[in-house]
Amino acid sequence: MKKMTGAQAIVKCLQEEGVNLIFGFPGGAVIDLYDELLDSDITHVLVRHEQGAIHAADGYARATGGVGVALLTSGPGATNGVTGIATAYMDSIPLVVLTGQVPRALIGNDAFQEVDIVGITRPCTKHNYLVKDPADLVPVLREAFYLAASGRPGPVLIDLPKDVVASKVNFPEKKKIKMQTYQPNYEPHPGQVEKACRAMLKAKSPVLYVGGGVILSNANKELTELAKKLSIPVTMTLMGLGGFPGTDPLSLGMLGMHGTYAANMAVAKSDLLIAVGARFDDRVTGRLDAFAPHAKIIHIDIDPTSISKNVGVDIPIVADCKLALQAMNTWFDRLKDFDPKDFAARHQPWIERIDVWQQEHPLTYHDEGDIIKPQYVVEKLNELTGGDAIIATEVGQNQMWAAQFYKFNKPRHLLTSGGLGTMGYGLPAAIGAKLAYPNATVIDIAGDGSIQMNIQELATAKQWGAPVKIAILNNGYLGMVRQWQELFYNRRYSATVMEVTPDFVELAKAYGAVGLRAKTKDEVEPVIKEALATDNLVIMDFIVNREEGVYPMVPAGKATTEMLLV
Amino acid sequence: MKHTLSVLLLNKPGALSRVTGLFSGRGFNIESLSVAETLDPKVSCLTLVTHGDESIIEQITKQLHKLIDVIKVTDISEGEFVEREMVLIQVKAEAHTRAEVLRVIDIFRGKVVDVSPTTYTVEMTGPESKIKAVIDILRPLGIKEIIRTGTIAMARAPKK
Repeated sequence: MKKMTGAQAIVKCLQEEGVNLIFGFPGGAVIDLYDELLDSDITHVLVRHEQGAIHAADGYARATGGVGVALLTSGPGATNGVTGIATAYMDSIPLVVLTGQVPRALIGNDAFQEVDIVGITRPCTKHNYLVKDPADLVPVLREAFYLAASGRPGPVLIDLPKDVVASKVNFPEKKKIKMQTYQPNYEPHPGQVEKACRAMLKAKSPVLYVGGGVILSNANKELTELAKKLSIPVTMTLMGLGGFPGTDPLSLGMLGMHGTYAANMAVAKSDLLIAVGARFDDRVTGRLDAFAPHAKIIHIDIDPTSISKNVGVDIPIVADCKLALQAMNTWFDRLKDFDPKDFAARHQPWIERIDVWQQEHPLTYHDEGDIIKPQYVVEKLNELTGGDAIIATEVGQNQMWAAQFYKFNKPRHLLTSGGLGTMGYGLPAAIGAKLAYPNATVIDIAGDGSIQMNIQELATAKQWGAPVKIAILNNGYLGMVRQWQELFYNRRYSATVMEVTPDFVELAKAYGAVGLRAKTKDEVEPVIKEALATDNLVIMDFIVNREEGVYPMVPAGKATTEMLLV
Repeated sequence: MKHTLSVLLLNKPGALSRVTGLFSGRGFNIESLSVAETLDPKVSCLTLVTHGDESIIEQITKQLHKLIDVIKVTDISEGEFVEREMVLIQVKAEAHTRAEVLRVIDIFRGKVVDVSPTTYTVEMTGPESKIKAVIDILRPLGIKEIIRTGTIAMARAPKK
């Protein structure tokens, strides 16, 4: 056991966890830690606003599957991070957030830049700590990384009083972490697996309903195997996109409020719904009593609180999605006389029925001559990147069009704030992903409203060499709210008209980036090509049809079969 | 339906507020709550009385269990259990009611712990129903102040 400063111990802990990239913004309470970082091999990415630091760490975590790390100062630094932390919490993204705190003697005295960030973030972190005893520093850091990444992942915050960071601490050997109060269950119960598999043997119209848990547990291969083995159509939540190849014939695309007609109809008519790492969110289920009314429900989730929270479940399986799907695949492989061809044949009528729905109401939009349709932009992005780019989104119409028209074939390629719906998420998240994968094409699909919420991070992207491509679907409105006002508030556009919007091309230039604009349909492709060809940070400003709506749409509180269609 | 939950949690600053924050944040109600150290000073026991149908109680139990500082959650009202609450009641004791107040207290096996020329302060323990009964009886005689501890409860030991 070697004595060192708290700051040295923190840096050593980060190195121990394999962290080489952190995002943050300095201040008085964390200045000792910043001093120590200067001599370490950890790259610190200086953002322009603390919310950006958390989202960037979050984007990094979603793209890589690792733990994202952010470092903020006390008081306003910490509170500015709260939206980012809540975003990560709602989507179960593993983060470790380090915040500075005033020295212990001043805590509770309303000291300069003091805030009770542990109190503030209690409901939006998986767990949080205030380190009052220097001896706890190293164990708490190790425990935080363990908690963030294990079980149902989530953000963990550690509040670090300035004098604790400056004090001398021991650096004990790392041991396997075992907590009396926290033992997530990974292994599925064999009896439940068998029950579920037997239900699948009997089903005539089954649907796999796949959520973010499949991405988080890296279960996409196992899921694809099961779907193909049994010829079961797959629909995904926003968070689940990429968990199953979007171009596969068995893919029904997204379900729910802006899901495809076929996906919502298939769920409504299914006799077996196999929910994998999904949580029956209100944006997915619509009116609860009309959600999958004829289906027996199997639910795999690592978090017991997700099970039977909104919808009663017939066969719950509390387990890691990957292990549960593996167990199911093995069960079928061992089954005597099991032949995938039998299932393909048996499910053929069901799949044909779904095909009819797909043909009746495919995802589509009206082409209107020269006018740029936002869906067309996303289609072109999909085409010109081969469906292979990492796509971050903001929140609103841009997010839904990205989810509908970009065909995600791989997991961890869509970075989007699903649960909290945080505007301003996309740009910093894209930066985090680009720094993790410098050779990947990373695109932020944005609206002219939401891009302005964290537009200051253009400077971060420039400074740290993260040349992401921003595609603004510019309609001069806060489009999703405007759409609701159009449909349900008699077109009374209260506070949704962006009367003043910066010239994004000039703005890009001001940041040393490239600014491109397309005003007509035929300009879209050349703009995207030019953006993809340059090494620089790019803003593409697509002037799109102003009052375009996202369809299908299930009005809030309606059954998912009551869709408004194009 | 009424449920009495017994929650073992780490005796750490903030642990209690994680529990109460969970209830307010998720819209569960707390009827009473009582918490103190157990034999192991690192662990506290919290007795919590709440209302809800089966699915709500299931959510409460699971959500409590999910808190990192919580060790164990038991719905002890599912089995046989003993519950007690203590109450301090300051009741008016005028010349013409003093005898009557004492009689009532005696019937309920209460104890007078403080006396003034015009009041008695009574200590009483029992299950919630008994506390309610004594309050109902004393109320017409004039209750000046009342302090209740909230219910504490323990599962009955197995008889075999």
